[in-house]
Amino acid sequence: MQHFIDFFSFADPNVRYVVLGNVLLSASAAMVGAFILLQKKALVGDAVSHSVLPGICAAFLFSGSKNTALMLVGAFITGWLALVTIDYIAAKSKLKKDAAIGLVLSVFFGAGMVMMTYIQQSGNAAQSGLDHFIFGKAATLIGTDLVIFSVLAAVLLIAVGLFFKAFALVAFDRPYAEALGYPVRKLDLLLTSLTVLAVVTGITAVGVVLMAAMLVTPAAAARYWTDNIRRMVAIAVAFGVFAGLAGAYISYTAPAMPTGPWMVVVSSVIAFLSFFFAPKKGIVPKLYTQRKNQRIIAEENTLKMFYHLGEQNSHFNGGRDLTELTRTREVNETLLKTTLRRLVSRQLLETKGHQWALTDAGYRKAARVVRLHRLWELYLTQYMDIAADHVHDDAETIEHIITPELERELEHQLGYPERDPHDTEIPKI
Amino acid sequence: MIAFWIILTGALVAITCGLLGCFLILRKMSMVGDAISHAVLPGIVIAFLLSGSRETLPMLLGAGATGLLATFLIEYFHRRANLQTDAAIGVTFTFLFAIGIILISVFAGKVDLDQDCVLYGEIAYVPIDLWVTANGTILGPRPVYILAAVLLIVVLFIKLGYKELKLTSFDPAFASALGISTALWHYLLMAAVSLTTVSSFESVGAILVIAFLIGPPATAYLLTHELKHMLAITVVLGVFISFAGYWMAYWLNASIAGCMAVITGVCFAAAFGYQRARNMNKARMSEGLPPAGQAAG
Repeated sequence: MQHFIDFFSFADPNVRYVVLGNVLLSASAAMVGAFILLQKKALVGDAVSHSVLPGICAAFLFSGSKNTALMLVGAFITGWLALVTIDYIAAKSKLKKDAAIGLVLSVFFGAGMVMMTYIQQSGNAAQSGLDHFIFGKAATLIGTDLVIFSVLAAVLLIAVGLFFKAFALVAFDRPYAEALGYPVRKLDLLLTSLTVLAVVTGITAVGVVLMAAMLVTPAAAARYWTDNIRRMVAIAVAFGVFAGLAGAYISYTAPAMPTGPWMVVVSSVIAFLSFFFAPKKGIVPKLYTQRKNQRIIAEENTLKMFYHLGEQNSHFNGGRDLTELTRTREVNETLLKTTLRRLVSRQLLETKGHQWALTDAGYRKAARVVRLHRLWELYLTQYMDIAADHVHDDAETIEHIITPELERELEHQLGYPERDPHDTEIPKI
Repeated sequence: MIAFWIILTGALVAITCGLLGCFLILRKMSMVGDAISHAVLPGIVIAFLLSGSRETLPMLLGAGATGLLATFLIEYFHRRANLQTDAAIGVTFTFLFAIGIILISVFAGKVDLDQDCVLYGEIAYVPIDLWVTANGTILGPRPVYILAAVLLIVVLFIKLGYKELKLTSFDPAFASALGISTALWHYLLMAAVSLTTVSSFESVGAILVIAFLIGPPATAYLLTHELKHMLAITVVLGVFISFAGYWMAYWLNASIAGCMAVITGVCFAAAFGYQRARNMNKARMSEGLPPAGQAAG
C-alpha cells in the first residue's frame, strides 16, 4: 500500500518523469493507432519502428553524440521513407502490402545493423547506450526527453483533433471521401507522418519490436466496445493511459521489471479480455447468442412436429411417443429429448406416461411457426415467381426470424390467404 | 574456410526460408513469418530455464511450441473474434515477445540470453560452434548440420505436398471441393515455417529470417507467373545473396546479417525497377509508341 501511495503522490521527480512520459506516449500512440487499425494498416507501426534504426545511426554518425533531438529527426526521416516505400511498392507492383511491409522492415533494419556495427568499431565512447533507442528503456527517461515528448504528443493531439472528421471519413469510406473532394492522398501522407511521429516518440520507451503493440493493441481492444469512432478513439486512449500507468507502477514496485514490456503485456491482457468478453462482439457473448438461437430453432422445430402429426388426424393435443416423432423429421435423438424436456418445463408440452402432448400455449406457438412457414412459401411463389417445390428450404429458416409486424405485412400483401402453395391450410391463431 | 561455412549457413537459411516464403506470399501471409520469428522468444527462454543449457533440441522444442502458439492465436482471434488479420498478428507477437523480455529480466542472473541475439543472430560465430564426435573428429559447424536437416525436411514437405500446397494457396475453395483440408495444410505450412524460423534464428537472427522469408520470394514473384520458376529463382537468389552479403560485410567489416538483408533489398529494387520499366514500355507500345530508349521514327 505504501508503494501505491508513494507512486501516485508523484513526489519522486523520477516517478513523475517516467509516468508522465509513459502516459503521453502511450496515449498519443493509441490515438493514432485507432486510425491505422481502421485503415487495416496495423502492421505499419512494426515497419516504421524497425526502419528508424538507420536514421538513428546516421544521426549519431553525423553528430558524434547521443543528441536526442537530432536522433529523433533522423529516425523520423528514415521511418517516413520506409512508409512511403511500402505504399509505392504496394501500389506499383502485384505484391501485397504485407509483403511490402516485411521486405522494407527487414532491409531497413539490416541497413541499420550495418551502420551500428560500423559505429561500434569506430571506438566512439558516446555510442554506449545507443541500443536503448532500439530496445527501449522507459525507466531512464529524463527531464529534457520529457519536454520533447510533450511537444510531440501535443503536436499529435492537435493534428488528430483538427483532421478528425477527415481521417474518420477516409478510414471508413475512401471513395466517398474522394467524391466529396477531400485531398485523400494528402491526408494519407499526413496520417503516415503522424504515425512515424508517434512511433519515434514511443520507441525510446518500449523498443522497436514492442512499438507496434503501443499503436495497435489498445485500438484493437477499443474496436470491440463501440461502433462509434469518437468513442473508439477515446477508449483506445484510455486503455493506452491505463497500460502506461500500470507499466510504470509495476517497474516502480519491482525495479528489476522492465516498464515497456509490462505496458505491452497489460494492454494485451485488456485486448484479450475484450476479444473474449466485450458485449455483442466478444467471443463468449457471441457464442451465447448463437447457442440461444440454436435452442430456439430446435424448440420451434419440435413443436412443429407435433403440429404436423396433429394435422394428419385433426387431433392436435394427442400424445406422441419418440418413434412417432422421429418418423416425421430426421433429428438427433438426444437433442430431441433435451428439447422435449425444456418444452415441458416451459409448459408448452405436457407428459403423458411415455408420450408428450401439446398444451394450449404449445399449440398456439406451434401453429404460429407453421403459419409463418406457409405464409412465406406463398409469398415466394406469388411475388418471387419461385416454383412451389423450391420454397420449402428457404421458409424453413425464415420461419424462426419473422417478427409479428412482418407477419401482418405478409398477410396483408397476400390478401389474408387460406391455403399455401402446396394446398394445405394456413393455420389461424 | 570460415567464409565458406558462413556463406553455406546463409545459403541454407536463405533457401529454406525462401521456399516456404513463396507459399506465404501467395497466401498473403508474409507477416506471419515476422510474427513467428519474434514470438519464439518466450519459448526459448522457458526451454533455457527448464533445461539449464543452450542445447539445441530443447530450444527448438520450446521455440517451436511458442511459434505454433502464435499462429494458432492469430488464426483463433481472426476466425472467432472476427479480428482483422493484421491486428491479430500485431497483438499476438508483441504480447509473446514482451513476455519473453519480462522472463529474461526476471531470470536475468540465470539466463545467458538477451533480445539482441534474437534480433541480430550471430552468424559470425557459426564456424566456432563445432560438432566434435566422441573420438575427437571434427565434423564442421553444428548449425550447418541442423540447417541442412531442416532444409531436407522442408524440401521433402514441399515435394510431397506440392499439389496440395499449390491448390490451397491459389484456390482454397476448389481445394476443399477436392477434399483437401485447407486448415490441415495451413497448420502444416505454419509448422514448417516455425521449424525453419526457430532453427535459423540462432545463427542469423530474426531480421534476416524475415528478409529471407519475404525478400527472395517477393523478387521472384515480380519476375515470373509460374510457381516452379518462382521457387527456382528464389533458390538462386538465396545463394547469390548469401555470397554477396558476406563479401560486402567482409569489405565493410560490418554485420554479416545486416549486409545480407541489404543485398536482399538491392535485388528486390533491381527486379522492381526492371518490372516498372517493362510495364511502362508495354503501356507505350499499347499506345502505339516505340519503347523508351529507342529513337522515335
